[in-house]
Amino acid sequence: METKKTSLYQLHQDCNAKFVEFAGYQMPIQYSEGIVEEHKFTRNHSGIFDVSHMGQLFIYGGKDLIKDLEKIFPLDLKNLKLNHSKYSFLMDKDAGIHDDLIITKINEGFLIILNAACKDNDFKILKELLREKYKMVLDENRSLIAIQGPKSSQILNKVVDGVNDLNFMSGNWFSFENQKVYITRSGYTGEDGFEISIPNDFADKLTRELIDKGSKLIGLGARDTLRLEAGLCLYGHDLDKDKTPVEANLKWAISKERISKGDFIGSDIIIKQLNDGVSKIRVGIKPEGRIIAREKTKIFNQSDVHIGEITSGTFGPSVNGPVAMGYVENEFSKKDTKVFLEVRGKKHPASICSLPFYKKSYVKGVN
Amino acid sequence: MSDVKYSKEHEWIKLDGDVATIGITKHATEMLGDIVFAELPEKGSNVEKDGTAGVVESTKAASDVYTPVSGEVVDTNQAIVDDPSKINQDPENSAWFFKLKIKDPAEMDTLMNKDDYDKFAKETSA
Repeated sequence: METKKTSLYQLHQDCNAKFVEFAGYQMPIQYSEGIVEEHKFTRNHSGIFDVSHMGQLFIYGGKDLIKDLEKIFPLDLKNLKLNHSKYSFLMDKDAGIHDDLIITKINEGFLIILNAACKDNDFKILKELLREKYKMVLDENRSLIAIQGPKSSQILNKVVDGVNDLNFMSGNWFSFENQKVYITRSGYTGEDGFEISIPNDFADKLTRELIDKGSKLIGLGARDTLRLEAGLCLYGHDLDKDKTPVEANLKWAISKERISKGDFIGSDIIIKQLNDGVSKIRVGIKPEGRIIAREKTKIFNQSDVHIGEITSGTFGPSVNGPVAMGYVENEFSKKDTKVFLEVRGKKHPASICSLPFYKKSYVKGVN
Repeated sequence: MSDVKYSKEHEWIKLDGDVATIGITKHATEMLGDIVFAELPEKGSNVEKDGTAGVVESTKAASDVYTPVSGEVVDTNQAIVDDPSKINQDPENSAWFFKLKIKDPAEMDTLMNKDDYDKFAKETSA
């Protein structure tokens, strides 16, 4: 299959991007300044991310749709206000995670943002679960542009007036060049920021204007170091079908109201795990010194027993040191527990730590 | 700098008497991206030509560092361990990796000169 290109491909080339293939797309891994500078620029100023490879699934429907989606997602969707967003998961019956996602209530139904590598499978699963009762569009005609970092609201507001008024995890329709764009205040970096859903033909123009106002394009490389410092999971690494939301330490995202009823896919396992505990759990891991423990690095306890594995690990430019997360046996998951990481045949000391590694600066409002 | 030789693994080596200083090339740093970790061989250890003699890691991945000649490690550059970004800044000078008391000067003859290396680097990165 030929790799796809996003609407910003030409712009990435103009900005000297190095490309990698990611989920069937040619995506920029970094630009000329490199991952560390791009990372820091996002933390200190404002970075633009082309995330057009992600799925934008529009599902149209009313009250029936809400009821049907509540059978799938562990969310209190009846009480989700118009234009408000929630983080959630698509699970199998054993509560294994097919995908993690952001779902937003829009006027005509819901907008769900899906991971690029999962979107086609998610679409198939959801179509079957919803028995083709509703109009579902996995929209290939829209791009998704994220702008993240402390200067982003100021910059975006100059280009799309009014976005400053959005609260965190909420969105609305705005206008750019007479086009309807849907903008949410959200992101994946631990910074204040926005995600902009815009018709493909206007994505390049919008992005060039944002660059003109002082933001810069940032590649997937820095996106990964930023999200890891923020303690956020990457599907296919920190989350997959062999892990449940409880094991992933994401039970905050499961509605308490829905647990009491327990009538969603995977609820039996979720309830059992919430009551009885889990055998493995996701934790933050801080290696001592500078050693980088990458994905699949084995974790040992102080008696040299294998107790888990790293699922994401890199160098955190803002932390100025290595950062990692992974799954360990529950009894070793307490903060400050000493562990050892096997890197190139040698065991290196590390400790379990709380997430995030880098404190968020999301502004105003929670829903 | 005509006495500097280069390996296919993108190391440079400069011989002064029987002590060689070894580091990685500018071209290597450009391929690796931002270097955030460096591990060096132990002082006093013996390394064999084309064997691993250290590791560098960028934000993206880990790569082995090889020694282009055999010898005993007589010195290592702690400055690049403490601040690996120095490797990106000055790879072919102050950010050297280790010094060897070389075993066999004839091994130097198997390496490339600057022109040949530049050509090699250009061809292999195309």
